[in-house]
Amino acid sequence: MVMGWFAGDGDDFRLLGTRCSTCASVFFPREDVHCRHPGCAGGDLQEVALSRRGRIWSYTDSRYRPPSPYVTDSELPWEPYALIAVELESERMVVLGQAAPGVTVADLAVGMEVEVVPGVLHEDAETIWTTWHWRPTGVAV
Amino acid sequence: MTGDVAVLGAGMHPWGKWGRGFVEYGVAAARAALADAGLEWRQVGSIVGADTVRGGYPGYVAGATFAKALGWQGARVTSLYAACASGAQAISTARAQILSGLADVVLVVGADAAPKGFFRPAGGDRPDDPDWLRFRVLGATNPTYFGLYARRRMAVHGDTLEDFAQVKVKNAALGALNANARYRKPVTAQEVAASPVVADPLRLLDICATSDGGAALVLSSMEFARRHGVAEPVRVRAVSTVTPRYPNPVLDLPDIATDSAVAVKPAAETFRASIARTAYEEAGIGAEDLSLAEVYDLSTALELQWYEDLGLCGEGEGAKLLRDGETAPGGRIPVNMSGGLASFGEAVPAQAVAQVCEVTWQLRGQAGDRQVAGARVGITANQGLFGHGSAVIAVR
Ligand SMILES: [Zn+2]
Repeated sequence: MVMGWFAGDGDDFRLLGTRCSTCASVFFPREDVHCRHPGCAGGDLQEVALSRRGRIWSYTDSRYRPPSPYVTDSELPWEPYALIAVELESERMVVLGQAAPGVTVADLAVGMEVEVVPGVLHEDAETIWTTWHWRPTGVAV
Repeated sequence: MTGDVAVLGAGMHPWGKWGRGFVEYGVAAARAALADAGLEWRQVGSIVGADTVRGGYPGYVAGATFAKALGWQGARVTSLYAACASGAQAISTARAQILSGLADVVLVVGADAAPKGFFRPAGGDRPDDPDWLRFRVLGATNPTYFGLYARRRMAVHGDTLEDFAQVKVKNAALGALNANARYRKPVTAQEVAASPVVADPLRLLDICATSDGGAALVLSSMEFARRHGVAEPVRVRAVSTVTPRYPNPVLDLPDIATDSAVAVKPAAETFRASIARTAYEEAGIGAEDLSLAEVYDLSTALELQWYEDLGLCGEGEGAKLLRDGETAPGGRIPVNMSGGLASFGEAVPAQAVAQVCEVTWQLRGQAGDRQVAGARVGITANQGLFGHGSAVIAVR
């Protein structure tokens, strides 16, 4: 569904963005056409792995089933999931993502350290849609 | 200086879930605004419509659709889309036509028949659309973002759930006084606290609903207003439609991530604050001159954020301003005397127009039980998806 946003397994899992070779701006989701810094003449946009860890900027959850195009099985009862916005220090940006399964808002606090882990967005008989999740560090897999 | 334009007429179709088409709401609002202005539709040289979605087909037809329904009469037509800022861009376009001499009288119309429940993007696989992506990849609805902002305020400024609830209490009490509002019952803090959580920490009564509704304005040159016998009209003095500046460090709808601040230090001023500042600069007035403000309370917590972004108080002092009663009727700067989106709900292309309708009635002294005594200067503030700013300053 989205190509080249993340790669790797286990501890090597990383979000992938792009970086401008001229001004060093980082883009996620990846920007492959042009650098968006208005003062930059533009450079090559090279793929870069984002920091694995960051700190929680804010968080919330989704107590009601989101509408399409989010894919859910309407036969199953809705299970709320948490969403976490994470500040990445070296990229100086905030990236939103779902929390790992089992992590609720009661487990979270602004400023807490989290790390990116691979996750499953949705699966059916034919396809598994993979994604990234944020998980508090020090939590067992 | 850009000069004033006159607000000759303001009109609305009451907001609610009426189950009819947006054209009906828009035409009703337009006829009300024309009647208020004392003008015939045939005297209008230009119509500007804020776009909506018709049967899943993105508008791009609103101006002509309203013109056809009112009766083709050859007026210049404009249709435009800027998400929640569509109404402000419609006003801006009308003003530019008047100030440039392209038109003497312009009818501005916004109307919508909103779907039930969460707003959602149009169908199809569209991974080049950030709005589609946030739903498909994260299931991140609008309340998701409101929840993030609210939790952030709690962590950084110490806002409480009770503070948020009191915004709803204030706005619901005002909406109860407004015949155009969808919700016309006072709400207590206990009722907010007892409503179900939608996006932690926000509850159902912290978040505005989707609604049907319509709003319209008749704008004219000052010279036309005088010829028409209106010597002292309410005047639009500034319209801010600015975009953010790179890098925007605040996670904004519908984005999955912020810009990176690696290459450039972000401006000290947030995007929302820049929307207001631009309007103040254009109008040549400051926050201290305001009699009232209509702000975009998509959530209770977001209204507190606007207090700070409009400069009504310092950063982090929004909840205190509310607690002190300064934004309530009789306070230093009453906010959302219309009842706000808390009482109206969202009818996207109409809401920025509706804000200016309320300010117009307030400045004319026609707001009835919700009148701000002696109102002379009002500001509206709003933010449209995808980086559309929106603020209007009107004076008497
Ligand atoms: Zn660059």
